[in-house]
Amino acid sequence: MAGKTKEKKIVKTIKIDVDKCNGCRACEVICSAFHASPKYSSNNPARSRIRIIREPLRDIYVPVYAGEYTMAECAGRDKYTIDGKEYDECSFCRASCPSREEFKEPDSGLPLKCDMCEGEDEPLCVKWCLVDALTLEEREEEVEEQEEMEDLELGLESLADKFGIQTMMDTLARMSKDDKSK
Amino acid sequence: MRYAETGFNLEVDLTRGNIEKVATDPRDTALYLGGLGTNAKILWDRVGPEVTPFSPENLLIFSAGLLCGTPATGCNRTILSTISPQTELMAFSMMGGFWAPELKYAGYDKVVLRGKSEKLVYLWIHNDTVEIRDASHLAGKGSVETAEMIRQELKQPKAQVAAIGLAGENRVYYASVEQGRSSASRGGIGAVMGDKRVKAIAVRGTKDINLAKPEEFITLCNDVLAYIKHREDNPIKGVMTILQGLGSPQEMKVHDEKWHTENFMWGNSRTRRKGFWNEEIEEAWTDTLEGARTRLISCFNCPMKCGATISMPGVPTYMMKCFTKLTYTMAAYSDLDFGLRIAQKATEYGLDGFSTPQVMAFALELLEAGILKPDDFPGLPESNEDRFFYLLDMIVNREGIGDVLAKGTYWAAKEIGNGAEEYAHNTIKKHEQLPLKLSMLNPIYFLMYAVGEKINITQIEGQFPQAPFPKREHREKFCEDWIQVPHEKFKQYFIDWELRGENSIPYYPTVEMTCDIVEWQEMMHYIDDALGQCAGLSSFPLKPPYHIHNYPKFISAGAGIDMDEETLSDAAKRYRTLVRAVNIRRGMRREDDRPPENHWKKRFPELEEKLLDGYYQLKGWNKEGIPTKEALEKMGLGYVADDFIQRGILTEDETADVQTETQTQ
Repeated sequence: MAGKTKEKKIVKTIKIDVDKCNGCRACEVICSAFHASPKYSSNNPARSRIRIIREPLRDIYVPVYAGEYTMAECAGRDKYTIDGKEYDECSFCRASCPSREEFKEPDSGLPLKCDMCEGEDEPLCVKWCLVDALTLEEREEEVEEQEEMEDLELGLESLADKFGIQTMMDTLARMSKDDKSK
Repeated sequence: MRYAETGFNLEVDLTRGNIEKVATDPRDTALYLGGLGTNAKILWDRVGPEVTPFSPENLLIFSAGLLCGTPATGCNRTILSTISPQTELMAFSMMGGFWAPELKYAGYDKVVLRGKSEKLVYLWIHNDTVEIRDASHLAGKGSVETAEMIRQELKQPKAQVAAIGLAGENRVYYASVEQGRSSASRGGIGAVMGDKRVKAIAVRGTKDINLAKPEEFITLCNDVLAYIKHREDNPIKGVMTILQGLGSPQEMKVHDEKWHTENFMWGNSRTRRKGFWNEEIEEAWTDTLEGARTRLISCFNCPMKCGATISMPGVPTYMMKCFTKLTYTMAAYSDLDFGLRIAQKATEYGLDGFSTPQVMAFALELLEAGILKPDDFPGLPESNEDRFFYLLDMIVNREGIGDVLAKGTYWAAKEIGNGAEEYAHNTIKKHEQLPLKLSMLNPIYFLMYAVGEKINITQIEGQFPQAPFPKREHREKFCEDWIQVPHEKFKQYFIDWELRGENSIPYYPTVEMTCDIVEWQEMMHYIDDALGQCAGLSSFPLKPPYHIHNYPKFISAGAGIDMDEETLSDAAKRYRTLVRAVNIRRGMRREDDRPPENHWKKRFPELEEKLLDGYYQLKGWNKEGIPTKEALEKMGLGYVADDFIQRGILTEDETADVQTETQTQ
């Protein structure tokens, strides 16, 4: 399980300029393609770890990339008015939570989290955003941090939340038994 | 597994209320690609020449292009095909936006509508759940309004909705289908949708689209993105502003409208206003556009910003693209503020922004000429602008003379008579065209106008510059990085093209060169329409990122179909011919392949005939423009030849008689 380390690290941030977003959703396309298995073999914006909250008639274009998985939804939904436009709190929230369909695998419902396209020079949503609504910012920081959770851990955690650890373990045991008998 | 496409069509019988998911034959994809190609095949197979546009047997096909929903940049077009009420020929209008990729993600390549519903309905496609739903509460609603209402009703903010407005419901012959920031306008497709009593199709999909060779495909996409950047940094010199960059003409971005306002015709394509553009107008129009435009916006997966959100005081927000910016303004001899206001209403009604303004100007010209009487216009307002709003309502509601005008200038003139036909002077194949009156015949444009079955010049032209550059050195420079040419000979055609003298229009480019150039431009558009690629990144602008050399790779890596340049050209030629065949079977002949009489002041009847002969010969068509048995069989369209012979359209031993005749001349 994740351990704690203290080290110098490049911290990557995706800077979002909502005024520059043209709502094309290229970021969603390439994100889902990159995270397909094998890589690029399919794409499906519903699996993307970045989403554009897009309401053209109200001129709302907010790219949001997936953050933490949360088991519970928040208690209220605040409204924010910025430059005369009213935004729902969900427009800025990066959580994969029970009350929204964003940042979940559409078939399994398992949560998704942005990993900054590990292994690439820059996140591919940034690379594919030719209008510069998304730009990469890097800074060096000495951080004490928990290792990033892998996709599998993230998924397992949400399953444990949903079904309980014991049920999961029982199921795993049964599945591996079934597997051996094949 | 099928790659790039889903392999399934939705077949909806509106008469019976039946919905089926039907697996398609991958061999058809190999032969006709997808989008327009397979649409043409379906129409040929299932809609005979006896089927009228408003008959239940007419099909209305909404098709995603073959590569829609893949990461191919700018590939997002929906190709709608049916039999047009206005031309009575095959209509295949396209729209960008977000609908086609969403349909792919829902698991379908096409939605094929047949029959006619008894009451107004809309379709809701949500992955494997497909419903025909009551739309009686949406009757008379605007197209943008309808989309919003459906999204709210379904609690599906991400659903993409293609809808008609009142014009479609009332079967106005130039009614459009509107969707987000885009519309399928030409050919009256919205009228057929209205006739089938379908108000809208809403779709939401969350499934995967697969690629055959993923790494290769993404490399190709990255190359395209890099080339788009390169072209943005290197606009083409020596051509007018709107042709320098990529994308569809950036009408929402530019303020300099000197070229359009002084070269295109005002009114019902009547008056050229040389010297119209001045500083005062530029300032006023710039203020109008900047005040109205909230944001430049894109279609799905495309960095170009060809459209805009338009919000004006007292007018609901809507989205606009391209030349509709000016069509209403120029038809009414008014200003941009009026143009943008009436376009909002016309968008909600769901109307073609090219035909509609001309029809209204036509009506007022007939009134002025005494052909229509004041009685035909009860309560006609005083002011010019109000008259256009008045006429718009009359037409869309089909009230009084509006009922006649709703059929477009060609049919309306026939019905009105008394000399009205002279005023319906800007149609090709019965359909209104861009309001142009030019001086010297340009052989390339003559041919594109004459043989274009897409009914819209901007959907045929591109690739080859519209006019020679004044200096040879500039032309040579242009050719240096002209990688898009299918053959080196095109560079020489262009280098030798002079503004004056022997190598100038109308006799240069020669007939043979003209035919080559037209075939190339046409081929690129037809490929785009099968793949679902926007012409703005491919067939329309000069030096685009997509071209005949990389397209086969996209198809191989994306759809897993073995493809090279020759196979792709052959496929494009095959379904281009099939579109022709559908129209030939419906009675179209050489006689119909002609631009309006007054399109150019200086005409060259003999040359024009030679151009048609040359083009027909290149295509393997006979002198009447009918594809010959030999040519059809060579393309794998033997079934078309059999049908033509059976119907007496062709005789058994007919060959390309044009060839023999040209050779003996």
